[in-house]
Amino acid sequence: MLEFFEVLWNQTFMQHAFLTGILASLACGIIGSYVVVKRIVFISGGISHSVLAGMGLAYYLGYPPLLGAVLFAILAALLIGVISLRARQREDTIIGAVWAIGMAAGLIFISRTPGYNADLMSYLFGNILMVSRSDLLIIAVLDGLIVLLVFLFYKPFLAVCFDEEYARLQGICVDAVYLLLLCLTALTIVVLIQVVGIILVLALLTLPAAMASHHVRGLLPMMLTATGVGMICTSAGLFLSYEPNLPTGATIVMTAGSLYLLSTAYHSLAQYRQRLRGKRW
Amino acid sequence: MSTHPLIDVQNVYFQYDGELILDDVSLRVREGEFVGLIGPNGGGKTTLLKIVAGLLVPQKGSVLVLGQPPREISSQIGYVPQQINLDKEFPITVLEVVMLGCLGRASLFGGYRKRERELAEKALAEVDMLAFRHRRFGTLSGGQRQRVLIARALAGEPRLLIMDEPTANVDSLSQQQIYDLLHKINEKCTIILVSHDLGVVSRHVTRVACLNRRMVIHPTTAITDSMIQDIYQSHVHLVNHGDILPSGYEPV
Repeated sequence: MLEFFEVLWNQTFMQHAFLTGILASLACGIIGSYVVVKRIVFISGGISHSVLAGMGLAYYLGYPPLLGAVLFAILAALLIGVISLRARQREDTIIGAVWAIGMAAGLIFISRTPGYNADLMSYLFGNILMVSRSDLLIIAVLDGLIVLLVFLFYKPFLAVCFDEEYARLQGICVDAVYLLLLCLTALTIVVLIQVVGIILVLALLTLPAAMASHHVRGLLPMMLTATGVGMICTSAGLFLSYEPNLPTGATIVMTAGSLYLLSTAYHSLAQYRQRLRGKRW
Repeated sequence: MSTHPLIDVQNVYFQYDGELILDDVSLRVREGEFVGLIGPNGGGKTTLLKIVAGLLVPQKGSVLVLGQPPREISSQIGYVPQQINLDKEFPITVLEVVMLGCLGRASLFGGYRKRERELAEKALAEVDMLAFRHRRFGTLSGGQRQRVLIARALAGEPRLLIMDEPTANVDSLSQQQIYDLLHKINEKCTIILVSHDLGVVSRHVTRVACLNRRMVIHPTTAITDSMIQDIYQSHVHLVNHGDILPSGYEPV
């Protein structure tokens, strides 16, 4: 039990992992709240999986995979964004296609790269214990960018998420704001991929925010609560996975999932009791 | 009262997916009027409102509000959409909903300004919902939500208020309260509202416009049986005879 804290105190890899969890929670709390209230979970899944194409290509060409991830995440966000704005009817079909094609391209690039492909698993499922100092720096910069842009665009984002039509009447360029929001989602996904990998990103993007939404009245409190919940999940997951040597990303997601179930049960119970009381009076 | 009409819609045609929704529709509304727009479902009422609000652009015809294209003066138009389109699960407070109504009045970037808060609180007081300002929007009743949406429209200090079915999903007591409120608002603001409830609307408005693809305007609020016949029967007639209309089709 105490061994974990000793390692955290002494070893840089564990310190990096811990810091990565904290920094990623900030991004996932803020942007995850938008993803949940705007109901763009599926779009986020599409962006996340097409990132593999970028990581694979960067790996193939000998560049840092994180660079490829950032570029392709933004590219996928813009592509999917434009598609969802133009083709409302078959939106889900097209996003599904981008999702799968992105993954396929990534797999092909990785298979053509000489050497052994140990990295594939860490792309898909993340490896928070392997985060380097420079990765940490990039994550911190992306975090700063996300916080700054959300601070600047808080009102237009809220207007567009709550009521697009009314936002348009207010003279807001709804499409541009929507695309910017998707780009921020893309950056957040890149940050979260470091923690839990491409496949499990959706869990960190949605679960803390969904938990927070049960207990708050506004979007800003939702972001703050979701950030806090994210920090608890990542730290607890790191701690719980250490001793039994479990995969860290999966343990973090299981922690978030369990807390989500508890929160949902509590919320439903509270609502049920309120309804009972409402009947009596 | 100015000589120019506040709303001047002339010979507007609107087509959606190959279907003609508005066919040569004209409508003039003077400042200070309270116009009720009635007609059967699918008759084009919401479409006409959205055209007046600047959300849709007609294929043919001209639309002027306050003498300008609606898109250019949208900040002077207050719009109250149908509630159904809003997400009740959305975590947002009543005050925030109303502050979104005056985004055009303050800086779009950064946090909320004092001026936005003041305008929003004033609008909430006007609809008697100030006490609810810190409540979550989704937890309110249908009538209360409607009043908050009216406050959002009023927060922009509009000269024209456009409302789409303001009393749908609202119990009859709240319905009466909303109409009382609209009469008060009408003292300083022109109102045009859509409803399918002819009986209720005719008691409150100064003029009724009937829309079923084409427009018939009645100068008084006297609703006769033949009027109802014209508006609703012709629609049934239309359905019965398939979707191809004879060229000389006239609802009157």
